[in-house]
Amino acid sequence: MTVYVKGVVFEGVDFDDPNSWKLDAYVARGGYAALKKILQTGMTQDEIIAEMKTSSLRGRGGAGFPTGLKWSFMPRNFPGQKYLVCNTDEGEPGTFKDLDIIVNNPHALIEGMIIGGFAMGITVGYNYIHGEVFEAYERFEAALEEARAAGFLGDNILGTDFCFQLHGHHGYGAYICGEETALLESLEGKKGQPRFKPPFPASFGLYGKPTTINNTETFASVPYIIREGGQKFLELGKPNNGGTKLFSISGHVNRPGNYEIPLGTPFSELLEMAGGMRGGRKLKAVIPGGSSAPVLPADIMMDCTMDYDAIAKAGSMLGSGAVIVMDESVCMVKALERLSYFYFEESCGQCTPCREGTGWLYRVVHRIEHGQGRPEDLDLLLSVGANIAGRTICALGDAAVMPVQGMLKHFRAEFEHHIEHKNCLVRGY
Amino acid sequence: MLEIEIDGKKLTVPGGSTVMDAANSVGVHIPHFCYHKKLSIAANCRMCLVQVEKAPKPLPACATPVTDGMKVYTHSDMAVKAQKGVMEFLLINHPLDCPICDQGGECQLQDLAVGYGQSSSRYEEEKRVVPNKNLGPLISTDMTRCIHCSRCVRFTEEIAGYQELGMPGRGEHTEVMSFIGKTVNSEISGNVIDLCPVGALTSKPFRYSARTWELSRRKSVSPHDGLGANLVVQVKDHRVKRVLPLENEAINECWLADRDRFSYEALNSEERLTKPLIKQGGVWQEADWQSALEYVANGLKDIVDAHGAGSIAGVATEHATVEELYLLKQLFAGLGSHNVETRLRAADHGLKTAGATWLGQSIVDVATAEAVLVIGSTLRKEQPLLAQRLRQGVKKGLKLSVVNPHADDLLTALAGQVVVRPDQLVEGVLAVVKAVVDAKGVAAPAQIDLSGVEADDAARAIAASFADKEKTAIVLGNVAQQNPRYAELYAAAAALAELTGAKLGVLGAAANSVGAQLVGATGAGNVFAEPKKAYVLLNTEVEFDVGDSLQALRAVQGAAMVVALSSFGSCALEHADVILPVSPFSETSGTFVNMEGKAQSFNGVVRPLGETRPAWKVFRVLGNLLGLENFNFNSSEEVRDIALAGDLAAKLSNALAAPVAVKAQAASGVVRLGEVPIYQADLLTRRAPSLQATVDGAAPQLKANAATLARLGLSIGGQALVKQGQGDAQLAVELDNGLADDVVRVPANHPLTRALGAFVGPVDVTQA
Ligand SMILES: Cc1cc2nc3c(=O)[nH]c(=O)nc-3n(C[C@H](O)[C@H](O)[C@H](O)COP(=O)(O)O)c2cc1C
Ligand code: SF4
Ligand code: SF4
Ligand code: FES
Repeated sequence: MTVYVKGVVFEGVDFDDPNSWKLDAYVARGGYAALKKILQTGMTQDEIIAEMKTSSLRGRGGAGFPTGLKWSFMPRNFPGQKYLVCNTDEGEPGTFKDLDIIVNNPHALIEGMIIGGFAMGITVGYNYIHGEVFEAYERFEAALEEARAAGFLGDNILGTDFCFQLHGHHGYGAYICGEETALLESLEGKKGQPRFKPPFPASFGLYGKPTTINNTETFASVPYIIREGGQKFLELGKPNNGGTKLFSISGHVNRPGNYEIPLGTPFSELLEMAGGMRGGRKLKAVIPGGSSAPVLPADIMMDCTMDYDAIAKAGSMLGSGAVIVMDESVCMVKALERLSYFYFEESCGQCTPCREGTGWLYRVVHRIEHGQGRPEDLDLLLSVGANIAGRTICALGDAAVMPVQGMLKHFRAEFEHHIEHKNCLVRGY
Repeated sequence: MLEIEIDGKKLTVPGGSTVMDAANSVGVHIPHFCYHKKLSIAANCRMCLVQVEKAPKPLPACATPVTDGMKVYTHSDMAVKAQKGVMEFLLINHPLDCPICDQGGECQLQDLAVGYGQSSSRYEEEKRVVPNKNLGPLISTDMTRCIHCSRCVRFTEEIAGYQELGMPGRGEHTEVMSFIGKTVNSEISGNVIDLCPVGALTSKPFRYSARTWELSRRKSVSPHDGLGANLVVQVKDHRVKRVLPLENEAINECWLADRDRFSYEALNSEERLTKPLIKQGGVWQEADWQSALEYVANGLKDIVDAHGAGSIAGVATEHATVEELYLLKQLFAGLGSHNVETRLRAADHGLKTAGATWLGQSIVDVATAEAVLVIGSTLRKEQPLLAQRLRQGVKKGLKLSVVNPHADDLLTALAGQVVVRPDQLVEGVLAVVKAVVDAKGVAAPAQIDLSGVEADDAARAIAASFADKEKTAIVLGNVAQQNPRYAELYAAAAALAELTGAKLGVLGAAANSVGAQLVGATGAGNVFAEPKKAYVLLNTEVEFDVGDSLQALRAVQGAAMVVALSSFGSCALEHADVILPVSPFSETSGTFVNMEGKAQSFNGVVRPLGETRPAWKVFRVLGNLLGLENFNFNSSEEVRDIALAGDLAAKLSNALAAPVAVKAQAASGVVRLGEVPIYQADLLTRRAPSLQATVDGAAPQLKANAATLARLGLSIGGQALVKQGQGDAQLAVELDNGLADDVVRVPANHPLTRALGAFVGPVDVTQA
């Protein structure tokens, strides 16, 4: 797989060297310097959080919430146990960056979590790793062992009285377990289904204790920010969209893979890096931020830069940074059928609109795809979608609706053709 | 306090309230399914979505905390649109088979669909079908109707204490089910039927037997344990069809134990007697009431004349009403006899207290205490709802501990647990006394000899749980009350209560245990030890209602005359000479005084079956026939007013009337721990087929710990022969490592063990 690096998480990683993930190699390229800086120069919790805020790092798990702000919500002086949790569940279709991080540069994540623990006064952390990956989980555990042996992790880190325990947790492979509160339930050994919020994890998280949850890439960006300063990170990207970001490019490009590039890079450049369109075909559409993000047609995408604000302005979301590229051979009805099936299958089934609505959406799209559509079906889809969106316990409900809305907004004619002619507009491939 | 506005109404509510709480407090109804005031908030049905000013999306009222100045609109366009949207989703996969659904007419989905549903469906895909589950003999399932509100799941986990129902599967494949191959076995399982808002979980015994609108609803009081749960008895064509809880926060809250709910099956049993019967030449002959009553009156008079008043005894259980027991006692008093007894399972009648023993405080007070010690009780089976209430108490900080002859799981955390042999319960309590004495550095109370008593960690943990607490209780359960050293046990518990400042209490075993004492229907002691010439048995089945059933059986069989006032045949037909068919609680008015000393009167809910008569009326006529004074009552209320005249509270007292010396004794040898299985407790539960079909109704087993089994040469799953006195019984063997060494747990008052003797005593056990 292609990994293109012009960013902070994979800085200096040699993907051809089987030992590049190891502690020695990590330390050689500046790893754990940020941790040392904190512990040896007496950097305070407030200073760390201020640095995080300056960096304008936004959560890489999907919602893009400012990380510095999230960290500041943690009740730092809470007397009992608190937890730090990393979300490596990575279930969003199209996303495959976090896996690459724990395989190729696990210590960046570990160091980022230790720093997070220090900044928020947390002594125990967990990394929840997707259940269907095995080598990556083993790799993460091996890296933890290295960090413990070297005194970066565990009791009295680097001879100070700061202690931080970090454990890997292998999940069971349900998409919903990536939703942070479902993840916490699963981590507690229960069925992974989201909790109603409020209360938010910052006050009632793992085992009911204050908890901060961040994505793998978010944590892995932290060492750079502390080492080099928040301002420098911010300047890598653009205002309010600090730093570089990993984009997982899949679909009809010549070189699918992970691309770590500055936020604000034009999509056209990213597409070029990925080797352009496969077979020289025309770009039809892009899902710019993982399967939950509304699709955008080629012309809009080609005018877009890859950052949170620009993609939002264009009517979609940067999400997890999974860029699904579709060429002119793609039938949008078929594509939506597949997407809707995913949400139907992955709904946890807890709340009524999502449990009942995702199946309804899928069945209607399935009918249209199979030549059984009716003219009123498209409005029905939008109406059912409107009854789901914003009325569920977690954002999966919204995630199921957004692809439908996006497809019907930009490609309604294809759906109408399917209904009218009982066959596909896209033919000849 | 926060000031908010709901639909334009201004109100103040305490901080921490939800929008649903606030709405409820002013009588604004917000449609809901998953919300239930006794369960945790799940917020999964989304039916309660309302509009909140400034919130961009509708919010679930049940889970949204109120904030100051909040403005809520429950009927705005946004709210109603959201609610209708949810209703549509709930209905698309619902079978809408209301005409064949038992919930029809009392279904929350049906009711709300009238207000929020559409007349036709936009959903034209195939509907989901979900396979039914076998949850046991009490709960019937139609899982296709389930709306996934998770109330049943939350009930088993949060209220019943053990998550016997779960929701495996994801999305549309989510199904409510029990553990694979297991039924729902909680003793309070039937509550999920009430909780289920739709017809997914319905009553199996009631299934398809009536429509809710055909039933009349009548109030009553449960005749089973000492709680006195309030009932709504539903009646059609003069038959009891179903029993539901009548909410009473101070007693049963909104719950019922399964026996409160399902024992009504017995009321319609084939064994019901409907005509007076007189045995002539060994053959039962139907008789009219007049001749049967005269037969009884004359017979009793003749025996008293010939053998003296000491030769007759009146026997009843504590499940009989105040009115019945009072008149039974008066009848005997009129004949010159004080031989009336209701404490039939007691092995020690030596305890004398200053008044009627009771809980010592209210049920609510016990449940909200800071520390409670339960002595000698299989609490979940003896007092299912009290056990539930204590479980909720533990969640709020109550320290619960036990001194018991077993380690049965109370499905909640214990602060301390002392497990002893059943003949060493006194010593178990003394160990706690010793721990308290040591910790406080005070002298042992007078009469309590602590020589040779050691406090172990468990005893110290219990002592510690009482330290520095203000509101504490020590209560004695059935196992304690049936113990052969009850007086000593009671005195030891009283000493402990005095030392710790706890309130002492007795968990009334039956619905009218306190009432029986108040009317003086106890005090005769064991009326079978010295056989009498005549017995009058009021709804008493000696082999099942008496502690030493073997002894009682012999006494009755040897009597010259046995009068059975009975609702049912079988035992009465076997032992009696004359049978007067009397009403069960459902066919008579009456009063029970529950464990907290609350007198609860009720009316008959159906007319007496056949020629059955209320027992109080039978006694009144017998009194008249015998020419006794003061027997001219026109109503049961008149009887009650005399029976319970004066200040009730003043007649309750757990203070010892005379000091009892307590001293530790040694015990050895194989000892029986006999207890009454939950569904053998009284004559109604014994005749409820559905209860009998539950796991708790299964044939009793002999249980012992691994070491004892090995020593006795018994193997798990094998058969054991138990010999006690003249009788024996054969039972399957099961492991129970919660028992002390040399203890064999052999249930009592069951057809399999009716030939055995005292609940606690030496037994011989061999492999069968
Ligand atoms: C259905 C659903 C699935 C999600 N899956 C993931 C995931 O796989 N990985 C992830 O980091 N965040 C996922 N999220 C987002 C998390 O809930 C959470 O916002 C994130 O882990 C926070 O980390 P961040 O602030 O660093 O982005 C998911 C959210 C939803 C609603
Ligand atoms: S929105 Fe869907 S996935 Fe999220 S809690 Fe509700 S049913 Fe579960
Ligand atoms: S069975 Fe009834 S109570 Fe249980 S989840 Fe389904 S609808 Fe709710
Ligand atoms: S009652 Fe509020 S979501 Fe169900």
